[in-house]
Amino acid sequence: MKQFMRLLILSGILIPFSFANAQLKVFACVPEWAELTKILGGKHVKVYSATHARQDPHKVQARPSLIARLRSADLAVCTGAELEASWMSMVQRRARNRKVMPGRPGYFEATDYVRLLEKPKRLDRADGDIHAEGNPHIQLDPRRIKVVAAALAKRLKSIDPKNSNAYQQRWNSFDKRWRDSMARWKKKAKPLQGKKVVVYHREWIYLLDWLSIKRIGSLEPNPGVPPTPSHLAKLRTLQKPDMIIVSPLNNKKPAIWLRDKKGGRLVTLPQTVGAVAGTKDYFKLFDTIISRLLKAGN
Amino acid sequence: MNTARMRAAFAFALAASLCLPASVMASSTQGLDEVKQMILQMKQQYEERIKALEERVRVAEEKAESAEDTATRTETRVAEVEIEAPDSAPTSANSFNPAISFVLQGGAVSYDLDPDDFHFEGMPLGGEAGLHDEGLSLWEVEMTASANVDNLFYGQATLGIHKHDGEYEIDIEEAFLDTLSLPGGLGLRFGRFFSDIGYLNTHHTHAWDFADAPLVYQAFLGKQYRDDGVRATWVAPTEELLVEVGAEVFRGDTYPGGGNSGDFGDVKHGFIHIGGDVGDNSSWQLGISHMDVDVKERASSGHSHGHGDAEGPTFAGDSDLAAIDFVWKTDFPSGKKLILQGEFFVRDEDGQVIFSEDDDQALFNYDGKHEGWYLQGIFQFNQRWRAGIRYDRLDADNKLAMVDADLDGDAAALDEDEVFEESGFESSDHNPDRWTLMFDWTPSEFSRVRMQYARDNSREQSDDQFMIQYIMSLGAHGSHQY
Repeated sequence: MKQFMRLLILSGILIPFSFANAQLKVFACVPEWAELTKILGGKHVKVYSATHARQDPHKVQARPSLIARLRSADLAVCTGAELEASWMSMVQRRARNRKVMPGRPGYFEATDYVRLLEKPKRLDRADGDIHAEGNPHIQLDPRRIKVVAAALAKRLKSIDPKNSNAYQQRWNSFDKRWRDSMARWKKKAKPLQGKKVVVYHREWIYLLDWLSIKRIGSLEPNPGVPPTPSHLAKLRTLQKPDMIIVSPLNNKKPAIWLRDKKGGRLVTLPQTVGAVAGTKDYFKLFDTIISRLLKAGN
Repeated sequence: MNTARMRAAFAFALAASLCLPASVMASSTQGLDEVKQMILQMKQQYEERIKALEERVRVAEEKAESAEDTATRTETRVAEVEIEAPDSAPTSANSFNPAISFVLQGGAVSYDLDPDDFHFEGMPLGGEAGLHDEGLSLWEVEMTASANVDNLFYGQATLGIHKHDGEYEIDIEEAFLDTLSLPGGLGLRFGRFFSDIGYLNTHHTHAWDFADAPLVYQAFLGKQYRDDGVRATWVAPTEELLVEVGAEVFRGDTYPGGGNSGDFGDVKHGFIHIGGDVGDNSSWQLGISHMDVDVKERASSGHSHGHGDAEGPTFAGDSDLAAIDFVWKTDFPSGKKLILQGEFFVRDEDGQVIFSEDDDQALFNYDGKHEGWYLQGIFQFNQRWRAGIRYDRLDADNKLAMVDADLDGDAAALDEDEVFEESGFESSDHNPDRWTLMFDWTPSEFSRVRMQYARDNSREQSDDQFMIQYIMSLGAHGSHQY
């Protein structure tokens, strides 16, 4: 009897615990959406990121672990606009999980909710690995992140209605904090307005657009094509850039070459959360980006 | 703020300079005290005024700051409206067109030995097995169209235009449908498709890391096994480790099958895939397969590019094939990549062979035990350059026994030794092997140019094989499998 009671008490403790632990399983294609989902979902979500900050999201393999992860996911959060085109559709078809197929509520594409820049006027592979819908690297524009976050919060509420209030609260507090931070970042970054930069890959356009920085050239002759000697020779005719922006994934040699020829400061910026030390969360990511730009821009 | 403070200081100084001479002139100490007190009072008053002024300045500054904030916020809000996606994207009828892509492959090849004579002793070739044409040629054009049929099915069709005996023929390489919405991790594929045996078999040739098939694929799978059939797969609800179990049933019309009898499937195949990650940068997959082929009538050597006469030997019986494949991929943080890959096949065939020569026929029993494997490593130096090495090996041990040297019954019996040798079913002590070196250049995701050298000991004599190959993709950006 005593043992039975003990069991009853124990199960009374454990059962609600196991229910409380029934988290929403989220498969994020890239680290930035993993981070955003964690911010908005808190303890109600369990997030797995298919790529880490040192991987190029264009070139991920449809590897077995991704199929296994997507198999049991409740929600997949991706960028869209063909960024994950070379692997995600294969993983989706192999994982045999109908919840996360395109068109279902369990599949979320961030670029569905924002206007994309650099929509190509002509579609020709001679122009490199271009995306028909526009530049998909929206993760470095706080304005667009806010729009995506709003849509993502809505989506979380709709597929996990029992935690709807919690998602709403988390969204409200994120919204307020984000607005405050945006104002702060913008103010701090004022001296950067009108600066001229050369970038490696064209993944910075949204950041530059937000901060009113001018891109005068890129080291890649065409998106996704590594710098060539003939293209670098052309860059020598450019005006002097204030900064040359690379990500930790890029080969620094062409950037150093250009700096030595044309001047300007070389600055390595994190292209996503966790790409450099101290950028584990989205707020710190922008703190770091702006302080690095300010340091290099003066 | 500064001007306010200066103004106050000036006023104080003026007052003091007016008062001081008066105090000096005052003779009584009482008068002096009064003056002192007056000055103190004045000082206090001025100090209070200065404080008030300072406070006003501070408030004004704060107001300005918050106005600036509001301005930034309004700006942000305006920007937000601008960056939101338009509600309706224009659609047109052709936006429902399937994704279409073409893959062109071709190159230049040089051999020491006659490519038409390519064979393995004891393992007669079938299906598409054989070497590329010597010289400069277009090898293959592949056209793939794919799309979701509706919310339940995905469809894909690949038409291949191959060069065969000097002529191009169009062939439905693959045409299949996948279910999209079955519950519980289940999936079905039906139509014509590449069997999921081994690792490379499901990959189209343009995704291979060498310009030609492993010897074991040439010997056991007719280069690549595809047929009409049904596949069912189940992906286990694990979280980190992939466990995929599948079963396939094929019609059995193409090598290693042959002569479908009209039953529901002469080829039965079961497989399991297990795979996962090791650390942040490495991944692996292991596959185990068993295929049971009920062969009604399988012609061999009839396809080895010109050599076989149409009346080649035909095999009927059982063919069992087991395979283990393993792939390891590491992406180093420096951008370099390593792929290690190996497949090991064992085949057991048991049945009878009919051999024909002119108008005479012979029948013999055939019991074959075959092994074949390859191991390869690819190293990617940077975004564009890769190099690879591969070693292939085959081993055959056949037992042949004449049943009837005069099957056609015209009393002219064929010579036993001659029949065994010419049928290609007689195994020898020579074990085919091959070393291959590869070097390729990938200027973009859509093009690749490859140079390859192989020392091929498939036959008694060694063959030095040089190849230059190009692989070019046009059109839709297909997704690649692991």
